[in-house]
Amino acid sequence: MFKFPEILSIPMAKWVDSIMQAVLDNFGGFFDLIGHISLIMLMSVERVFLAIPWFVIVIAVGILGWKILASVWKGVLFSILLMIIGSFGYWDLAMMTLAIVITSVITALIIGIPIGIIMAWSRTVETIIRPILDAMQTLPSFVYLIPALMLFGLGKVPAAFATFIYAVPPVIRLTCVGIRGVPEDVVEAAKAFGSSRWQILFDVQLPLARPSIMVGINQTTMMALAMVVVGSMIGAKGLGMEVLLSINRIEVGRGFEAGLSIVLLAIVIDRLTNALSKNGENTAGNGT
Amino acid sequence: MSEMEPIVSIKNLWKVFGQKPKDLSWEQMKSTKNDDELKKTGCVAALRDITMEIERGEFFVIMGLSGSGKSTLIRTLIRLVEPTKGSIVFAGSDVVKLNKKELIEFRRKKAAMVFQNYALLPHRTVLENAAYGLKIQGMKEKERLEKAETALETVGLKGWESYYPGNLSGGMQQRVGIARALATDPEILLMDEPFSGLDPLIRRQMQDELVELQDTVKKTIIFVTHDLHEALKLGSRIAIMKGGLVVQTGTPEEVVTNPADDYVKEFVKDASPAKIITAGLIMEDPDLLLYRWEGPKTARHLLKKSKKEYAFVVSKKRELLGVTTLNALDKVLKEGETEFGKSIDTDIARCTIDTTLEDLFPVATNTSYSVAVVDDKGRFLGEIRPRMILDAMFQDEEEEDV
Repeated sequence: MFKFPEILSIPMAKWVDSIMQAVLDNFGGFFDLIGHISLIMLMSVERVFLAIPWFVIVIAVGILGWKILASVWKGVLFSILLMIIGSFGYWDLAMMTLAIVITSVITALIIGIPIGIIMAWSRTVETIIRPILDAMQTLPSFVYLIPALMLFGLGKVPAAFATFIYAVPPVIRLTCVGIRGVPEDVVEAAKAFGSSRWQILFDVQLPLARPSIMVGINQTTMMALAMVVVGSMIGAKGLGMEVLLSINRIEVGRGFEAGLSIVLLAIVIDRLTNALSKNGENTAGNGT
Repeated sequence: MSEMEPIVSIKNLWKVFGQKPKDLSWEQMKSTKNDDELKKTGCVAALRDITMEIERGEFFVIMGLSGSGKSTLIRTLIRLVEPTKGSIVFAGSDVVKLNKKELIEFRRKKAAMVFQNYALLPHRTVLENAAYGLKIQGMKEKERLEKAETALETVGLKGWESYYPGNLSGGMQQRVGIARALATDPEILLMDEPFSGLDPLIRRQMQDELVELQDTVKKTIIFVTHDLHEALKLGSRIAIMKGGLVVQTGTPEEVVTNPADDYVKEFVKDASPAKIITAGLIMEDPDLLLYRWEGPKTARHLLKKSKKEYAFVVSKKRELLGVTTLNALDKVLKEGETEFGKSIDTDIARCTIDTTLEDLFPVATNTSYSVAVVDDKGRFLGEIRPRMILDAMFQDEEEEDV
C-alpha cells in the first residue's frame, strides 16, 4: 500500500482558522456593523410583511398574476396557493421566510448586476471572478455557514448572508452573458454616434440584455428559496425551521405541510418572475 | 472641385492586425510587399499605405470583395478601428490624433454611419431610433423628436414613427438607419454596405432614392460596397480595393473603360457599358447644323450640297428648334414661305450628356432621326446616330477579339 506522504500535507485548515481568527480580531467591529445594518433591514422587511393583512397580500398576488400573465385564472390560482399556506397555519412563518428571501435577493441584485456588468467589460475580471462563482455554487453551504455564524452570530443575519452567497452567482453570470450577447453591430452603431461607455450601457446593453438579466433574477430567487431550510439551521425563523423541527421530531405530516408551503411559495414566485422575463423578450427581443 | 479643400484626406494609412503591430517600424511595413513577409512577424495587414482625398459633396464609393479591407477603411475614418499608422485629416483636423473626449465629440457632430445590418435598437420606436444620435448629443427630447420626424419624412417613413423596428421590413429598417444618420446633420455620411442585405428590387429602389437624397441634402457620402453595379450607379468616384491596397481610383467611366490592372478588368468584365457610358461621351458634332436666320432656301441648298436628308435647326443662341427635311423644305418653298415655319419638326428625340446608353435605346428607336444632345437650357451640343450607340456597346468586345 502506498500512503500519501505526510510531508506533502498542506495545513489548509490551520491557515483558514488563523485567517478567520485574524479577521475576527481586526474587523470584528466592521462585521458587527454590517450585521447590525442587515438585521435592521431584515426586521423592517419582515415587519412590513407581517403588518400587511393576509388577504391584502393574497389579493395583490392574484392581481399581479392576472396582470403579468394576462390570465385571470392564473391570478386566482396564485391566490389559492397562498391561501393553502395560510390554511396550514404557516402564514406568519411564510412571511418571515419571504422577508429573508426578498432581502437577500435584493442585496444580491444590487451587488450582482454591477459585478456582472464589469465582468462583461473586462476579460481579466471575468477570469478572476468565474472560479469564485463556481466555488460559491458548488461549496456545500454548511461550509460557509460556520464562518457566517462566527461573524454574525445566530439568527437571521447569517442566514441571509449564506442565502446571498448561494444565490448571487446566477444573476452575475446571466448579466454578463446578456451583455456579451448584445449584437456587436448595435454597440458599434452606438459608438459610431459618439456614445460614451455609460450611454452604451444604459441605452443599449442593459435594455437588450434585459431578458437574460430577468432570467438571472428568477434563478437567484429560486436559489434563495432553496436555502430556506439550511438557513434555519442557524436560527432563522420561518418555514425552514418548521421543516427542521419536524425532522428532529419525526413528525411526517407537519414536515410535509411545511415543505409543501415552501414549494407553493416557490411556484408563485417563480411563475411571477419568469413571466416578467418573458415580457421583456416580447418588447426587447423581437429585432431581426 | 479641385480648387476646394478636400473634406477627407487620408495619407499613408496602415492598419495591421496581430501581435504588437506598433513594434513594426515604418520602413518594415513599407518594405513588406506581400502577406508572407508580414506573417513572419505574426501580423496581417488590412490596409496598406492608403492615400486618397475625398472632395466635399462627392459620392465616393469604396468597392472590393470581402477581405479587401474596405470595411476596415471606412471604420478607421471614425476610429471604430484604430489605425496603426498614417493620418486622416478630416476638415482640417487629424482624426488619428484626437483624444478620447475629442473623438466622442467628433463622432457626435461630424460623421454619421449607416450599417449593413441596420443596427437599430429593437426596444425603441422608429422615431426614438431616428433621434438616437441627437439624444447622445444631449439634445432636449422635444427638439430631437422634431428633428427626427423631419429626417424620417425625408426618407419616406412618415406615419411609421411609433412602430418598432422589428415590425418593419429590411428596406424600411435601413431607411430608419439613414434617417438616424441624417438627423444629426453630419458633414459626412459613411455607409457600410447599407443595401447588401436587401432583396434586389428593394435595393434598386433604395439606390435611386439615395441618389435623389444626395441631390437634396448635398452631403459628402462615403459608400462601401462589394457590388460593382451599385458602385457604378451611385459613385461619382470609385476606389477599388484589393488585399488592403487601393488598385484604382476614378470615375465610373474611367474604371470601366480603362481598368488599371487585370484585377479591375476582371471585376468590370460583367459591367454592361449600357449602364456607364453616357451620351456626352459618344456624341459627335453634326456634319451640318442649320441656323434659323439662314432661311429655308439656304437650308435646302446646304442639305443638297452635303447630300443629307435632314438636319437640326437651331436659333442664334444655339437653342435646338427641331429637325427639317428636304421634303418639308420643298413643301414650304412651293408655298412661297421665307421662314422655316411648318418645315421644322419639333417632335424630336432629345437627351442630355448624362443620359446612359441604356436610357438612350428607347429614345433612339422611337425616332427616325439622330438623337439630339442638349444642355439644361435646351442648347444643342451634339448628335448621336443610332449606329453610334451600338458601336459604343460592343467596342470593348471587338477589342478583345483582336
